[in-house]
Amino acid sequence: MSKSARKWLHLLWIVPVGGLAVGAVMAAKMMYVPADLDLSLSRTTESGLYVSSLEPGISPVAIGSIHSWTVEVTTPDGTPVEDAVISVAGGMPQHGHGLPTSPQVTQSLGEGRYLVEGVKFNMPGWWTLTLSIDGSSGSDEATFNLSL
Amino acid sequence: MLRIGTAIVTAGLALTLLSACAPQGQNSSAPWSAEEIALITALSLSRLPELPPDPSNRVADDPAAAALGELLFSDTRLSSNGEVSCASCHLPERHFQDDLALARGVGETTRRTMPIAGTAYSPWLFWDGRKDSLWSQALGPLESGVEHGTDRTHVARVIAAEYTQAYAELFGPLPDLSKLPAHAAPAGAPDAVEAWETLSEEQKDSVDRVFANAGKAIAAFERTIVPTPTRFDAYADALAGGAATEGLMTEQEELGLKLFIGEGSCVNCHNGPLFTDNHFHNTGVPAVADLPADLGRALAVEQVATDPFNCLGAYSDAGPADCAELKYMTVDGEELVRAFKTPSLRGVAQRPPYMHAGQIGTVTEVLDHYNSAPSAPAGHSELEPLSMSAEELGALEAFLRTLDYDP
Ligand code: HEC
Ligand code: HEC
Ligand SMILES: [Cu+2]
Repeated sequence: MSKSARKWLHLLWIVPVGGLAVGAVMAAKMMYVPADLDLSLSRTTESGLYVSSLEPGISPVAIGSIHSWTVEVTTPDGTPVEDAVISVAGGMPQHGHGLPTSPQVTQSLGEGRYLVEGVKFNMPGWWTLTLSIDGSSGSDEATFNLSL
Repeated sequence: MLRIGTAIVTAGLALTLLSACAPQGQNSSAPWSAEEIALITALSLSRLPELPPDPSNRVADDPAAAALGELLFSDTRLSSNGEVSCASCHLPERHFQDDLALARGVGETTRRTMPIAGTAYSPWLFWDGRKDSLWSQALGPLESGVEHGTDRTHVARVIAAEYTQAYAELFGPLPDLSKLPAHAAPAGAPDAVEAWETLSEEQKDSVDRVFANAGKAIAAFERTIVPTPTRFDAYADALAGGAATEGLMTEQEELGLKLFIGEGSCVNCHNGPLFTDNHFHNTGVPAVADLPADLGRALAVEQVATDPFNCLGAYSDAGPADCAELKYMTVDGEELVRAFKTPSLRGVAQRPPYMHAGQIGTVTEVLDHYNSAPSAPAGHSELEPLSMSAEELGALEAFLRTLDYDP
């Protein structure tokens, strides 16, 4: 990936986290994951263009191991979205840092499913993963919460 | 009547509330929540998983390789002055470190010697992670001008002369090294570099292969160096099993543990059974005035990516699919500037001084550092001031001592 693409990715990461900033400041001294966090791994993207789901390649998701995830993207009516360009970013809103690695979509698995490799979490607590999806209906994104 | 009724209801409520937050064992003076118990038990040495295989090193778990590696680890012939071995700085009787701020080999290093126990679990080696395997790491000090001060051709010659049979049994027959110069390497002393340039590609490759294999044997030995259980582990295991924890830790130590996993946020980075996330953080540790500026991880990513002895290189036994850490490593960003690898805290109080260049002399001063969280000399510190009382800092220090190894 080019440097500028990475920079752009970084910005994408700031957008969802920016939305959470107020909560994050309030939670700054809070050690544990907010109780009312929506941990759903299937979400409609921000502007409603897609429905995206995440599935971890290891269970439970262990802190410290590098592993892969599968992403599935469909349109709201359930049609698989093929040939989407997907990027992944994330971090810990309460700690203000990103992911320890730079995960990438390495394969399209067919039927709207994609393999994301190189995911790792290095701390217990609240993590977010943001998928930026550029597909047949345009660009959109979704942020998922994880509690580790 | 009415009043008694209310009292009963209130008492009932209070009991329910109490049992909601009390753990299985009601014995503890520091009742732990379920979340706290999960965090504490995740730190126990008994939770340490089996050592993951190292696909980049075919002999990683071969006892014969470990036996050869142990000999190489303390062989001073692998140095320019015949006096330095790995064990000169990684003293086996001192938890494989040297109690110095900066290490002394044939010269003086710019960083502190790291203890070795459990480091085989880390995907990255050195304070800045510029190596991605133990075997590749071992090659660094051999050719460092301030550590062993020697070169790969000399190392290959010593192996051929002194360890002929052990080497051949593990790696196959040695190449003919008799026509090679005494000293030759692609970097380092000008004479050695000049000599290296006269070698054919085939000669270079055969030297590199013996050199890498020496590293693989040393790595096999280092994989056998693991931490031993401490008083804290006995406490955590008792807690996990719902057994009595009385007498295993004092109240002060329990308070320290509570702060460690709670308000102190220590467990963010010092997590898992080795008390490290094996990742890199800028914690605002001051620079050393007389040393060149140290950017930590920010400079290391390029070095490890281009290292001929990395996981993807010609001397690695791994397939590309085994090198995920290297392939998906984060290579730029502010977070890498002056970020250093989180050290394990096992046995930490027994081995001052602290930090990547021994900047901080005592555990008490380390805690003062966390309490005030000074801004970083470069990059941005991840810490926030803790503003803890002297009593709380004392408790944290007492807790760290529960991680002491038996003498
Ligand atoms: C002159 C002292 C000295 C000698 C000799 C020396 N080391 Fe080290 N070792 C250090 C220092 C200093 C560091 C940290 C250096 C850095 O981060 O740049 C280190 C780091 C390491 C690490 C990294 C641990 C971790 O957790 O990342 C390992 C493993 C290691 N040395 C093994 C060896 C082996 C094997 C040898 C012999 C081939 C050796 N060392 C020789 C001083 C020494
Ligand atoms: C943001 C991650 C992070 C947090 C939070 C953190 N540490 Fe550290 N710790 C590190 C890193 C990184 C180093 C090494 C820094 C360096 O050398 O530049 C370190 C070094 C240390 C050392 C010295 C160990 C050695 O071998 O040099 C001790 C002791 C320590 N930390 C204890 C604590 C305690 C106690 C807390 C909670 C109050 C804490 N740490 C919180 C990352 C962290
Ligand atoms: Cu974090």
